[in-house]
Amino acid sequence: MNMNYTAEELAFRDEVRAFLDEKLPADIAAKVKGFRRLSKEDHLRWQQILCKQGWYATHWPEEYGGVKWTPVQKHIWDEESCRYGVPRSIPFGVNMVAPVIIKFGNDAQKQHYLPRILSGEDWWCQGYSEPGAGSDLASLKTRAVRDGDHYIVNGQKTWTTLGQHANMIFCLVRTNTEVKNQEGISFLLIDMNTPGITVRPIITLDGEHEVNEVFFEDVKVPVENLVGEEDKGWTYAKFLLTYERTGLAGIGMSKAALSHLKQLASRRMKNGKPLIEDPSFSQRIAKVEIDLTAAAISNLRIIASVEGGGVPGAESSMLKVKGTEIRQAINDLARRAIGPYALPFVEEELDLAYDGEFLSDENAAPLSAQYFNNRKLSIFGGSNEIQKNIVSKMILGL
Amino acid sequence: MDFRLNEEQQMLQDTVARLVRGEYSFEKRLEFSETELGFSADFWRQLSELGLTAVPFSEELGGFGGGGVEVQSVMAELGRGLCLEPYMQSVILGGGLIGQAGNDRQKENWLAGIASGELKAAVGLQEPQSYYDLNNVETRAEKNGEGYLLNGRKAVVIGGHCADLIIVSARTSGNSDSADGISLFAFSPDTDGVERRTYPTIDGAKGCDITLTNVQVGADALLGDEGQAGSVIEYQAGRAIAALCAEAVGVMEMANELTLDYLKQRKQFGVPIGKFQVLQHRMVDMMSELEQARSMAILAASVADSEQSDERRRVLAAAKNVIGRAGQFISEAGIQSHGGIGMTWEYNFAHYAKRLIAINHQLGDDDFHLERYAALLQAS
Ligand SMILES: Cc1cc2nc3c(=O)[nH]c(=O)nc-3n(C[C@H](O)[C@H](O)[C@H](O)COP(=O)(O)OP(=O)(O)OC[C@H]3O[C@@H](n4cnc5c(N)ncnc54)[C@H](O)[C@@H]3O)c2cc1C
Ligand SMILES: Cc1cc2nc3c(=O)[nH]c(=O)nc-3n(C[C@H](O)[C@H](O)[C@H](O)COP(=O)(O)OP(=O)(O)OC[C@H]3O[C@@H](n4cnc5c(N)ncnc54)[C@H](O)[C@@H]3O)c2cc1C
Repeated sequence: MNMNYTAEELAFRDEVRAFLDEKLPADIAAKVKGFRRLSKEDHLRWQQILCKQGWYATHWPEEYGGVKWTPVQKHIWDEESCRYGVPRSIPFGVNMVAPVIIKFGNDAQKQHYLPRILSGEDWWCQGYSEPGAGSDLASLKTRAVRDGDHYIVNGQKTWTTLGQHANMIFCLVRTNTEVKNQEGISFLLIDMNTPGITVRPIITLDGEHEVNEVFFEDVKVPVENLVGEEDKGWTYAKFLLTYERTGLAGIGMSKAALSHLKQLASRRMKNGKPLIEDPSFSQRIAKVEIDLTAAAISNLRIIASVEGGGVPGAESSMLKVKGTEIRQAINDLARRAIGPYALPFVEEELDLAYDGEFLSDENAAPLSAQYFNNRKLSIFGGSNEIQKNIVSKMILGL
Repeated sequence: MDFRLNEEQQMLQDTVARLVRGEYSFEKRLEFSETELGFSADFWRQLSELGLTAVPFSEELGGFGGGGVEVQSVMAELGRGLCLEPYMQSVILGGGLIGQAGNDRQKENWLAGIASGELKAAVGLQEPQSYYDLNNVETRAEKNGEGYLLNGRKAVVIGGHCADLIIVSARTSGNSDSADGISLFAFSPDTDGVERRTYPTIDGAKGCDITLTNVQVGADALLGDEGQAGSVIEYQAGRAIAALCAEAVGVMEMANELTLDYLKQRKQFGVPIGKFQVLQHRMVDMMSELEQARSMAILAASVADSEQSDERRRVLAAAKNVIGRAGQFISEAGIQSHGGIGMTWEYNFAHYAKRLIAINHQLGDDDFHLERYAALLQAS
């Protein structure tokens, strides 16, 4: 047993730190650390810096412009970037559709799409869920009917994250209604500017526009936009879901959120003392920090086994449940820490350009909204109930 | 022993329920919330015309001397409708403070207006550094020839943006966290030196922070004896806590009804999701949390207007603790059981969830009241 980084890994960490010290734009880091809103432009600006360094596509083979990091290196990157306030990478292009195209797509698709993902020319979104197909994804109904050189697509996708910024959507569509649900699904790449596509915002409970509904009415999609074989989309989707699940535990983000919470609690006062010196509140923080320590080690154990050639299996489902519970607990404490100031929702303070006086602590404004927004963590990427179903089936044999 | 409402109380509750059902659809509520006022002036007028703003006041003021149970009946229905009107702030807390501490002239000037709904009061007891401790008052009131000069800041005054009368606590003597030396002042928000910063709140209401800079008020603005307001504030905050508990029960009832309906309607994997045992058990837990909360709201209502005692203090702390915990559980469990739809603005569930969390941040959260209760464990 050896729980320490090797000398090479430590050197890599130094390299990451040096890069972030030098290249991470201060305004972007300030937004991330202050939980302010990021614009599409912010994301793209950072993406370009990463690409220049060759560190954007960490899941890709080198021949397509990826970087070959070991699982431990990816982990180091994740930890450091959360600590520094690097924007959460928008995964749909680089970490979701790209691995599918690389593994199952044809050469033309690889040559066309992969460079455009690197350059930021294409912004992808994920069209899986439908109003009637959430946890039961395989029951999806959006139809694609072959008509000569095209598929004609009709139906509706929903909860499409950042679809308002996207020009491309990868969709699961039904191409065959005669077979079992899972067997009649295909994986289609669709240009969002095709006539017949309408995007409508869904406003979440915290007032954010983060998700959308996407409607398809007689949308003509060229057959060359089919990935792999017709009716085999479910296999590709499942391949992608394992990518989605690792990383959903959000250990790095929890660490960043915890350190923010501790700063907050050392500034806010209760009974004339900083909150962090209050016996009951400090114990609450201690408890979540202890839980996070354990989850971080579990995460490393999974990473080490993947490094040794294993495939992350149902363990990552367990970790997703724990990790999301921990992050939600941290958000709960941050909201509690500001006491009565959890009530005001001063939206303009979420804007980095805001130069007025802050109502309370400058980090207070987003905290309640963030608490509510992060209820999503236990719902998306496979709800926590579904993850537990997977664990009980796959590991426990129940 | 009989926990049922009597005939009058039942009529009262039915009246409010009918009014809320008729006037406060979810869509209308969203509209009210978006207006500058932040609630419905028309609904407020109807509450007043039906005598509902006068419920806790004496007959001379048009009321019927309603106690904790009557207030509970009103608040529970306002909770079911997620009503945004400042009933608790103006009628219960504002009216209560003036009723308990005010002299005859002050009562004459203000109570009839509050009871009729024509005058809206807002109460500022918290400050930026106070957390939930109402004895932690740094706002200063200095006596001078004309009355008092006020300086300081009051935090998160719900309903303060549209109030006709503002009541604040300020220190006339003593240390910043001492119960002694706190006084209450009531004055118009138009007084020179009063500055309000208005904002929406996470649950769709409106409030403000009030900065007082050399605000000169007359001696007649002082409510009650100088320096003696600590116990008045504690007592009336207790009544307001009982009212909030009642409101929370109404909110929870609706949250549970909506969730149960959804479990029956929503199908995944070919069956209603209510067939999944994990959701069944969670729904059962939501129901039993509601029952715990209901019991404590009843207990709180029963002591709201009784004489102050450690037993009253304990009951109110316990009730607010249970309400806070149950509210958060129902809010989070309800969103989770709804899946994505529970996260949206357009569907009403999330607004109930947000109100439940907001109630936990008004007049002390569950942690705060747990500490209060623990401190009173051994008191007689
Ligand atoms: C903020 C946000 C962003 C999202 N982004 C995207 C996106 O970009 N692209 C995309 O395709 N989708 C996205 N989703 C959709 C997400 O994947 C779904 O919300 C999720 O799969 C759950 O589906 P549902 O919302 O329909 O809930 P439902 O499936 O209806 O579930 C409702 C409840 O029932 C439970 N349940 C369901 N089945 C079972 C079972 N068998 N056993 C026990 N319990 C069960 C669930 O756990 C949940 O508690 C997003 C969702 C959110 C909230
Ligand atoms: C101290 C003690 C005193 C007792 N005294 C008496 C007595 O005086 N007279 C008498 O007749 N019996 C008595 N019992 C027996 C008692 O009623 C049974 O233990 C009880 O009914 C559970 O049955 P079981 O032990 O066979 O467990 P099982 O029924 O086998 O249950 C095992 C577990 O599975 C769970 N489970 C079972 N079915 C479901 C389901 N459909 N959904 C979800 N979970 C489920 C149970 O909750 C439990 O956690 C006593 C038991 C104890 C421990």
